[in-house]
Amino acid sequence: MKEAGVKAWLPSLLRLVLVVLLIAFVTNPGWFEPLLKPLTENNAPAIYNQGSLLTLTLLHLRTVLIATVAATIVAVALAILVTRPAGVEFLPLSRSLVNIGQTFPPVAVLALAVPAVGFGEKPTLIALFLYGLLPIFENALTGLTTLPANVVEAARGAGMTGWQRLVKIELPLSAPIILGGIRLSVVISLATATIGSTVAARTLGEVIIAGLLSNNLAFVLQGGLIVAALAVLIYDGLSAIERYTARRMGQETA
Amino acid sequence: MTIRFDKLGVVIAAIVSYAAFAAPFATFRANRIVPGEARSILDALPAAAGPLLLAIVVGAALIALLKTPLILRLAASVVALAALALLIGVSGSFLTPEGNTFARISPASGFWLLIFAFTLLLADVLTRLNLSPWARVGVLVVAAAAIGLLLVSGSWNSLSILKEYANRADSFWAEGSKHVTLALGSLAAAVISGLPLGILCHRVEKLRAGVLNVLNIIQTIPSIALFGLLIAPLGWVATHVPGAAALGIRGIGTAPAFVALFLYSLLPVVANTVVGLAGVPRAANDAARGMGMTDRQRLFGVEFPLAFPVILTGIRIVLVQNIGLATIAALIGGGGFGVFVFQGVGQTAMDLVLLGAVPTVAMAFAAAIILDAVIEMTSTRRREAQPA
Amino acid sequence: MIEIEGITKRYDATTVVDDVSMLIEPRTIAVIVGTSGSGKTTLLRMINRLVEPTSGVIRLDGADNRSLPGYQLRRSIGYAIQGHGLFPHRTVAQNIGTVPVLLGWEAARIKRRVDELMTLYQLDPQAFGPRYPHELSGGQQQRVGVARALAAEPNVLLMDEPFGALDPIIRNKAQEDLLAIQKRFGTTIILVTHDMEEAVHMGDKIAVMDAGKLVQYAKPAEILAKPASAFVETLVGASEKPFRLLSLGRVRDAVETGAAEGEAIPDDASQRDALAELLWSGRPALPVKGADGRPLGRVTVDGLVKRAARPA
Repeated sequence: MKEAGVKAWLPSLLRLVLVVLLIAFVTNPGWFEPLLKPLTENNAPAIYNQGSLLTLTLLHLRTVLIATVAATIVAVALAILVTRPAGVEFLPLSRSLVNIGQTFPPVAVLALAVPAVGFGEKPTLIALFLYGLLPIFENALTGLTTLPANVVEAARGAGMTGWQRLVKIELPLSAPIILGGIRLSVVISLATATIGSTVAARTLGEVIIAGLLSNNLAFVLQGGLIVAALAVLIYDGLSAIERYTARRMGQETA
Repeated sequence: MTIRFDKLGVVIAAIVSYAAFAAPFATFRANRIVPGEARSILDALPAAAGPLLLAIVVGAALIALLKTPLILRLAASVVALAALALLIGVSGSFLTPEGNTFARISPASGFWLLIFAFTLLLADVLTRLNLSPWARVGVLVVAAAAIGLLLVSGSWNSLSILKEYANRADSFWAEGSKHVTLALGSLAAAVISGLPLGILCHRVEKLRAGVLNVLNIIQTIPSIALFGLLIAPLGWVATHVPGAAALGIRGIGTAPAFVALFLYSLLPVVANTVVGLAGVPRAANDAARGMGMTDRQRLFGVEFPLAFPVILTGIRIVLVQNIGLATIAALIGGGGFGVFVFQGVGQTAMDLVLLGAVPTVAMAFAAAIILDAVIEMTSTRRREAQPA
Repeated sequence: MIEIEGITKRYDATTVVDDVSMLIEPRTIAVIVGTSGSGKTTLLRMINRLVEPTSGVIRLDGADNRSLPGYQLRRSIGYAIQGHGLFPHRTVAQNIGTVPVLLGWEAARIKRRVDELMTLYQLDPQAFGPRYPHELSGGQQQRVGVARALAAEPNVLLMDEPFGALDPIIRNKAQEDLLAIQKRFGTTIILVTHDMEEAVHMGDKIAVMDAGKLVQYAKPAEILAKPASAFVETLVGASEKPFRLLSLGRVRDAVETGAAEGEAIPDDASQRDALAELLWSGRPALPVKGADGRPLGRVTVDGLVKRAARPA
């Protein structure tokens, strides 16, 4: 029994340790210099020195947040549109487009956005937005088209208008699946945002690229690890919300 | 008779009327770096061709706008796309001043919007036709052959993207083959090691969560960081393991890119193998055991064939993802089409970016269509075999 | 009073409901029976306009059911379906309060009504109100489904195979509960089922549908005695007829004077149960007792057998 207890709270403890380490690292990277020093050569700096890690982390998160919020609004709105009677003609086409869209590599989207909007944060936002749309749209579509038929029937029978059904029944019921799409989208965006630094967006990719250019492994490692830690924590957090909403409805989660 | 509008047709007609009359069709630049001047359809084409193209796109848009038979819509989209493809080449040679090798002509937003609008129409028709897997691959082959023919015939040669190509023809094919090697090679390695690992995870429950968690965490490391992190260990291997350097293993270059793509590929392959095997109906397994099959016979005779479509889905994800990710290899000297993309970004030469991006997208797209067709073929065969 | 007049529903070339007319008296239960695909569910769904008829009129207490927008009409009519269709993301209390909330009742009034219905259905409002549907048993979920349909005090309740997903013991209990509640509120109920047993047990009148047409609409005894067609005859089941007829009557109506040995049967049991008990125990007669336990007389095998014969 004791062992089972340890097993149950061990993941939470690990997460807590990860959060503390992450915050400590981005606010006081100097503390960790001795750990990273062995990775450098010719007395190169072990901690990124061309900007604050904290600022870059926050900018990175801001870019991902803006892109994800925009992608969520547009993807969910589109999914709602093609599942209403007026938009149902677009349903098969929208599925094909999602399929085609997923074959566009993020680097290509990023590079092609530059001539339209110039360098900096904007092309990154566009690439993250476009790439983030797809998982959310696909999941929202799945959620809205696989609602239990008798629940929707009961909602109609109770005299709900189309709008009331959407807001009170259909969206809450598909919320866990839509959240799953947002989670995938965020994790992809966190990693893709680093590539944004190749077109001069200010994200943690700056640290990694600086490391690649100056052959400084310590930079590459710290940039990569911060992004990975953010991804793991956000993934876990969103999974927990998803499980909570699904469990309340008695649904199984994958 | 009342006129009935097609809803998608309204969208297409709106895009077409903006693109054909208000947006530039081609951009003229005196050389590769200077800003361009926009040219409308009528300015960008010889006297007769301009009105002809306008007539074709307007006619096709009308067919899309009204409720018309599928076959007519198919014809309209194909004719419009073909006319656009041919005439953008004509525009290239028309706009290039005689004997000028510096001038650059590239398709502008109007052209791309027209292509988008009619591709949308074509995609809608093809979706509604509900083609069989073989027919879809057939359409892909025809489209690829048509584009190949246009390229070989030289009718696009005066366009800027092909001028960039002409300057780099040799390195284009060299980087292309590196790109394919990276994407397919890492996939092959991932399948060879991922399948047994997946089967092992399916059989040994204790391993499952651990292995999948590790692979999940690898996926969260940004690709450029993972590429970079592999430089050091591989560099160490190259200098310390005899013979490794002779095999082409180096700290920078293709080796770390290959290993990184391999690591990213493992999760979809292993996870889908586990999911596929777990989805094999218990009754089928029980029946197999009841008839006296050994574990090995059951694996190859029952479980594996039933799980195959799910495993293929994993392979499709990996292939499409690898073709895209391989572009990033260029950042660490790993080659591939990414070389042109990043060079182009560096020189703000968008034609060079396109030279890298277009083949990458085309390959990913073709890979997705072919593998989707294969997946559908294998899973329908299975469905027919089962009693309703 | 519900008047259905010449109602027809066509989907392209197929006619699902074909020129059906019937009249349902207030405060009664009408049961629509038929095989699957007979159009019985479509007919029911045209009453609250979940399906719009191709032609014909339906009047509720004299008013055309098209005089209101569909969603407002549906708020005034109770609707319960097979598999209950409870909203999984809302608590039991919220589920029951659905229509009152849509109608804009005050919170206090909603709470009073929800508590009243839950108590009526033997669900403790304190314990069950805040739970989610998946935490309830199948029988409890079904009761919540009916309670939700009755929440806004509708005069009319439509039920589509409401007991279809229940096991036989719970189904029996649910049927008895519904009969009791119908008496209490005086609701007019239209119930769709494919189970003739249920139809005979629940219905004041039974409507038999076949291939979209109303084949017979009559009191249960008449359906059993004079089936209008071979189809109705098959649906009733030739070998079941005498027992179904007996199940319509109560023991109190078959009491004879005299005494008998053994355990007494209550006078509100069905005559069918009494005959079964007689046959099983091999006795010729059973004593009958009233609700207060007072002996009333006896029922005999001979007497019941006479009652099971085809009525003149």
